[in-house]
Amino acid sequence: MIVNVVSKNFDIPNSHTLEVAQANGRYSSIDKLFTMSPDDVTEAVCNSGLRGKGGGGAACGPKWKLMPKDDPRPAYLIVNGDESEPGTFKDRQIFEFDPHLLIEGIICSSYAINAHHAYIYIRGEYKFWSDRVDEAINEAYRAGILGQKVMGHDYCLDITVHRGGGAYICGEKSALIESLEGKRGHPRLKPHGKECEWFFDNPATVNNVETIATVPFIVENGYEAYTAYGTEKSPGTMLFGMSGPVKNPGIYELQFGEKMIDFLNKVGGGMMEGKKLKAIIPGGSSCPILTADEVEKAVLDYESMWDIGSTLGTGGMIVIDEDTSMVDVAKNLIEFYHHESCGQCTPCREGTGWINKIIKKILEGEGSTKDLDTILDVCETMNGKTVCVFAPAVKDIIKSIVQKFRHEFEQEFK
Amino acid sequence: MNAFNYTPENEQEFQRLLTRYPNSDSLLLPALWLVQEQDGWVSPEAMIYVADKLGKSPIEVHSFASFYTMFNLKPIGTYHIELCKTLSCMMMGSREIKQFIKETVGIEPGETSADGKFHLTEVECMGACGGAPAMAINGKYYEKLSKESVGELLKGCQS
Repeated sequence: MIVNVVSKNFDIPNSHTLEVAQANGRYSSIDKLFTMSPDDVTEAVCNSGLRGKGGGGAACGPKWKLMPKDDPRPAYLIVNGDESEPGTFKDRQIFEFDPHLLIEGIICSSYAINAHHAYIYIRGEYKFWSDRVDEAINEAYRAGILGQKVMGHDYCLDITVHRGGGAYICGEKSALIESLEGKRGHPRLKPHGKECEWFFDNPATVNNVETIATVPFIVENGYEAYTAYGTEKSPGTMLFGMSGPVKNPGIYELQFGEKMIDFLNKVGGGMMEGKKLKAIIPGGSSCPILTADEVEKAVLDYESMWDIGSTLGTGGMIVIDEDTSMVDVAKNLIEFYHHESCGQCTPCREGTGWINKIIKKILEGEGSTKDLDTILDVCETMNGKTVCVFAPAVKDIIKSIVQKFRHEFEQEFK
Repeated sequence: MNAFNYTPENEQEFQRLLTRYPNSDSLLLPALWLVQEQDGWVSPEAMIYVADKLGKSPIEVHSFASFYTMFNLKPIGTYHIELCKTLSCMMMGSREIKQFIKETVGIEPGETSADGKFHLTEVECMGACGGAPAMAINGKYYEKLSKESVGELLKGCQS
């Protein structure tokens, strides 16, 4: 089941050093890149159907096309490595085992959008990994891969690593830019029409680490090589994660369209200690939860996941066994969201706090049916009334847990 | 007159960073990291120092620093233990690890041990879900923890 588009070098010893990376194919797309025009690169990425791997799943190529043409202002590529979604730990594998793939991807992508400076925003907790990327960047500068002439070609590029300060919300692209501009990480209001992002009023594109790391494969092998993987509507591959009480937790690259239950049993080795599966949260904690019955039917691509009422998100699955109380799960996650709400919008700031208080009351045995209705009511109040999708994500996960495991909440009532 | 000054190395790094952004406002986050790496925390004096360097008011720097949970606005122990409490780590035993740390070092989350050696913070998802339960000591990650391995780590800090 496992494929190797992005993860090809992960198991090679010292693959993070330039010497080993180059011996294993890194930077081999660059010469071909500069035979193409920037528009050719964008077109290839459009044709590949590459979608954002950070959770939203928006098409990457069309996003690049939003960059204004012939704008005198400098353009920027901003790489989102703020990976903080519970259950998600995939970008860290790229930082650790193949940082030169990320740099290669940044060269390809920056060239396509005519950017000459790229920033990699890495979550603050990942100090080891941001240091590793920094080392790789320094190596690349020394080897003439970055700087005034990228590998001898008439194109200049700088890359700067920017370490976050411990705020989940900075993974939201506009909050990330606010943070990069030296402000609190408050998401921005979105424009009515589609447009690029703005970094100090300069045009910018924000892409996830894994998305950028996929671009060299497309440039080097052509978009058909990428669409050979996956399904018609979800072409390609993704780094899927598995955590919780399973035998082999970890990150594995699969093509889209595999069955979730096969991934769990064949790759993940099944449940630990022969426990029964109760539920899976499919793609980071913000996706509606799936019951064990739904997991049997689930297929790992965007459309199939929508069809069963959830989303693929970041592909970081959290597996829950029969011994875990779903009220505990809901409490744990709402504590996370209450802590991480940036506080800008009232429905989110207050809603997460209220749901936390109500679930605490239920766990103390003081709950009633009315409290469950109140939770669902607060969920609706939070949904669609805030600047960013944080509050709708809270609604998705909390509502799905309460609705699908209502009996477990009722068992807590005295 | 400031009680805080960058070391020459950090001043050099600050000057290098100034050349890397279109606007010096971007330096707020990296400038505070330099402070915390130098002192272990971000003091009011250091915030005034950073404000002066970036042409901001001290309250702007405080407003910014207080938003980001990783900045310690009070001095903490020599060893900062950050224990992940989010779902995968919870299911894999982070509560037992928390209890074990309490029994061994005598501190709850948010507390510093009497000898000033340890400070425990319960943190939200560290991005180590595949290695749950996980914690970091002074930023270095340790994964697939057991009471035994945590005991060894704490003993290592004592010597």
